[in-house]
Amino acid sequence: MSLTQKLINDGNAAVDEMLAGILAAHPEHLWRPDNAPRAIVARHGPRTGKVALVVGGGSGHEPTFLGYVGKGLADAAAIGNVFASPPPQPAVDAAMAASGGAGVLFMYGNYAGDVMNFDMAAELLEMEGVEARTVLTTDDIASAPRNQRQKRRGVAGNVFIFKAAGAAADMMMPLGEVERIARHANDRTFTMGVALSSCSLPQTRRPSFDLPVGEMEIGMGIHGEPGVRRGPLRSANDVADEIMDAILAEMKAPAGDRVAVLVNSLGATPLMELYILNARIAERLKAAGLVVHKTLVGPYCTSLDMAGASITIMHLDDELQRMIDHPCDCAMFRS
Amino acid sequence: MEFTTGDLKALFRAFSARMATERDRLCALDGVIGDADHGIAMEQGMKAAADAAQTAEGTLQDVFNAAAKGFLNAVGASSGPLYATALLRAGKAAGPSGSMPRSELRTVIAAIRDGIAQRGKAEPGQKTMLDAWAPAADAAVDGQDADAIAAAARQGAEATRDMIATIGRAARLGERSLGHPDPGSVSAAMLVEEICNAMGKAV
Repeated sequence: MSLTQKLINDGNAAVDEMLAGILAAHPEHLWRPDNAPRAIVARHGPRTGKVALVVGGGSGHEPTFLGYVGKGLADAAAIGNVFASPPPQPAVDAAMAASGGAGVLFMYGNYAGDVMNFDMAAELLEMEGVEARTVLTTDDIASAPRNQRQKRRGVAGNVFIFKAAGAAADMMMPLGEVERIARHANDRTFTMGVALSSCSLPQTRRPSFDLPVGEMEIGMGIHGEPGVRRGPLRSANDVADEIMDAILAEMKAPAGDRVAVLVNSLGATPLMELYILNARIAERLKAAGLVVHKTLVGPYCTSLDMAGASITIMHLDDELQRMIDHPCDCAMFRS
Repeated sequence: MEFTTGDLKALFRAFSARMATERDRLCALDGVIGDADHGIAMEQGMKAAADAAQTAEGTLQDVFNAAAKGFLNAVGASSGPLYATALLRAGKAAGPSGSMPRSELRTVIAAIRDGIAQRGKAEPGQKTMLDAWAPAADAAVDGQDADAIAAAARQGAEATRDMIATIGRAARLGERSLGHPDPGSVSAAMLVEEICNAMGKAV
């Protein structure tokens, strides 16, 4: 089998070379502490008395995670290898650089490796006298049944969930309150995706899984984890309908309620297709009597070069709407 | 005969060499039910652990602690925290002294089991590395000889073929994980063998 074509130099150096490029592009937003090669910190945002929101995880999902580091959103990010959790040290480095003396909130997707590494980081911070709490994101409704929400993976819904927590922290709310809002945001955020092709890792340049032409995988995770089922490729409207049926059934939002929408590319799917999906999503939400308060369309949480898309709906209330509307200024996201 | 810090450094070199030798086999096992990188993580992790151990000064605990930190910072992922915690527990069991009786390697094996179980919040039977470490620790605590401890670990790894993964990345495969050994348990049995080699040398 031929190797996938990538613009890289050395697969093993891909993450560090990417970070060098990001720091060169966004010096007004981001900096990196000395001796902390995998910690990226917001220039503006961290300040005395403010809860530090620290996010992180494996690389390959850009602009997740470091693209959401900035004033009004995350204060710092810990960066792992491709699809692999960072060790505890980058999380500690990120937290110490961002700490304003009001505690640290770690937020990341619910994966076993991330949980262990960030929990160790929290223990290390405790030894330094810094209080650290954790909120895991579990928005992928295809990854476990509704009654096992705590087992679900965190995927593109991270964008809205981090945004809500980052706004609360930027409003100088105390740690307990930021944590509460983060959990509330996670509880009301629902995502499901569909993959049309495999991704390939820079180290191997081989497809991570086999997905024949003409087929798609409904409910696939952002590292190529198997989804709900595999079937023939269908139209944008059919795919949007299947995902919206699942999300609306679980969200149970009464008519008149407001939502925020994220139509996300997994990497290779272009904006044209995302907007085609969104036309159907908007129709479905209108038919359900729901009011679209905000829509994001684009590559927000990717899976390297995978083709496919995910749909995220956040069920707003007054509090979450205020958090989503709060301004933020990040290297790869402004609102 | 005593087990010294020099012996411990040699043990970490043996871990590293063994993982380098077995890397591709472990990756192939992982490719069936996981993401095909277990051999790479174990090779990188044990190389970093061995390098850190060689330059560490002080007691047995100091060497274990240095190795734990080396492994963790090189790998992250899932195996990093599991083996780092295991090695820190092993260091605590070995204690702040320059040597210990070789028979005390039995308590080291039990401590590694305890560290992995604690960090991974796992129990035997879930198709993980614990399914090799737990029977080895049971045999060790029971006072069995080095060969019996190593055999218990190998049998434990083999038995994971008949288990359905309920924790970790393979858990979502459900019954599709049946028939394939857990790569983490296979590498664990190799590490137990190396410890037992060190134990057997002077008993």
